[in-house]
Amino acid sequence: MEIVMSIVIGIVFAVSVYLLLSRNLIRIILGTLTISHGVHLLLITMSELQRGAPPLLNLGEENYTDPLPQALVLTAIVIAFGVTSMLLVMAYRTYQEHKTEDLEQLRGSEDE
Amino acid sequence: MNNLIILPIIFPFIIGAILIIFSKKHKLQRVISGVASILMLILTIYLAIIVFQDGIIVLEASNWPAPFGIVLVADMFATLMLLLTAIISTACLFFAFKTITPKREKFYFYAFYYFLLVGVNGAFLTGDIFNLFVFFEVLLLSSYGLIVHGGTKYQLRESFKYVIINVFTSALFVVAISWLYSVTGTLNMAHISERVAEMEQTGVINIIAMMLFIVFATKGALFPLYFWLPKSYFGPPAAIAALFGGLLTKVGIYAIIRVFTLIFYHDVEYSHKMIISIAAGFTMLLGVLGAVSQFDFKRILSYHIISQVGYMVMGLGIFTPLAVAGAIFYIAHHMVVKTALFLFEGAAKRVTGLSDLRQMGGLLKTHPWLAWLFFITAISLAGIPPFSGFFSKFPIILAGFQEEQYILAGVALLVGLLTLFSMMKIFGFAFWGKQKHTEEQANINIRKLLVPVAPLVLLTIVLGFAAEPVFQYSLQVAEQIMDPQIYIDSVLKE
Repeated sequence: MEIVMSIVIGIVFAVSVYLLLSRNLIRIILGTLTISHGVHLLLITMSELQRGAPPLLNLGEENYTDPLPQALVLTAIVIAFGVTSMLLVMAYRTYQEHKTEDLEQLRGSEDE
Repeated sequence: MNNLIILPIIFPFIIGAILIIFSKKHKLQRVISGVASILMLILTIYLAIIVFQDGIIVLEASNWPAPFGIVLVADMFATLMLLLTAIISTACLFFAFKTITPKREKFYFYAFYYFLLVGVNGAFLTGDIFNLFVFFEVLLLSSYGLIVHGGTKYQLRESFKYVIINVFTSALFVVAISWLYSVTGTLNMAHISERVAEMEQTGVINIIAMMLFIVFATKGALFPLYFWLPKSYFGPPAAIAALFGGLLTKVGIYAIIRVFTLIFYHDVEYSHKMIISIAAGFTMLLGVLGAVSQFDFKRILSYHIISQVGYMVMGLGIFTPLAVAGAIFYIAHHMVVKTALFLFEGAAKRVTGLSDLRQMGGLLKTHPWLAWLFFITAISLAGIPPFSGFFSKFPIILAGFQEEQYILAGVALLVGLLTLFSMMKIFGFAFWGKQKHTEEQANINIRKLLVPVAPLVLLTIVLGFAAEPVFQYSLQVAEQIMDPQIYIDSVLKE
């Protein structure tokens, strides 16, 4: 199962790098969005994909799931959500001011 | 008693939340934030004294015992950084009162400012590597808000790139954390250090170490990942640029020093003496060459951030107590001096209205206080005795020669010379020569702008003349962080 997940994560990362290297502001934001998804999947996968009971005492189970990665992923998702919304606002404002979303035209001139 | 060390995090957080409520009343905001920053200063001085006298303070959040819960650890290094943060954030805040327009103030400027401090203080205090990531995100999100604050064309264009680079490195940070978690099975930094010591630092651990180095090197603007810095720091107003220049890259450097003294210290020949030293050498050299080629006040200062970050990392790369003590002294000196220089740039811009050196001149005649205070700070940056720059570079370079790192030490000396050259270039163009600003501009009174900066200049003089006690303190800090067992023992209580 971890092998399959690793391949999936690799594909997600490849897609996001492709998007990040494009010149369109919205595509770049989609790239950051997908890379955060890839990272979250990695975070879950790296602690081994386990099936088991909730990690509570007195339940009489043999196998417990590690709760920590899930807590971490939840935190990371919230952060990624905040950053993405911030980025969307910034991209919109940049478009309003510069009337373009092509990064080739947002390079800045040499004499600045 | 232990609960005291949560205050540097929770206090600015509450102040930031209060400031959101009063966002439309800029006078009230100034009073609240001014009083709060003075209180922060007193608090951090008190903390630094307590930790210096009684040793490391550890707070286990909600009383969960150490490897399971989240810990906050205040050791001497962390409290020193907290104190420096409070000093320069107070100076920048009082400078902002005079320079940030009320229109900008009404758009949550001070709230962002305090949330930034939450993130910075949290990153210094935390003893948990995932928490370090969270606090990094807190400070980065506030920095995105501040760097684009005002929304000029230039700011929007360059800040977007700044944000994208930081989002990408934050993703790499999580990748490194998840690898570290899968290898060691813990997130508590003291516990990780113990586990890594048991496993020996080979193969996969080295890869994780380098991944973390890449992440922190991007945030701290090290070679070859510094390209984002000069352009993005050029955009925001002087008060924000000064805060960023003095503070933000140093959080990255703090994280590098913490991680490479506490966790990854087993393979010094490879990680410290090779990778970090080479990165430090190129950072110093290319940063200063970038500065020499520029003709803009603010850009020269931005490139100098890069070259001076190199000195700090060079101290870590040499990795003897003397060198690390020098690096810590250098961080203290740099944070004070760099903030002051950026604020002087803001004051000069208030007079002339521009920051291109070729169109400036003659400020010495019309504004002598600005000129001479700048002069003291500039030669302190270049490392001329008796100011703090000399006494903080001296131990690093001395340690470089002792450890037979001749090339690195030679580069450091050359960079010092080029720093002097570019500082004198600023002085020669902007302050000497014929007066290029109008009579009307010459009558602009900037005394009030110099008041918040003067304490920083005084501090660099004091750090220079009291170099011996300050260096002894740095040496104690260095000895504490170079013996990870002290940190581990106080966190895990074995």
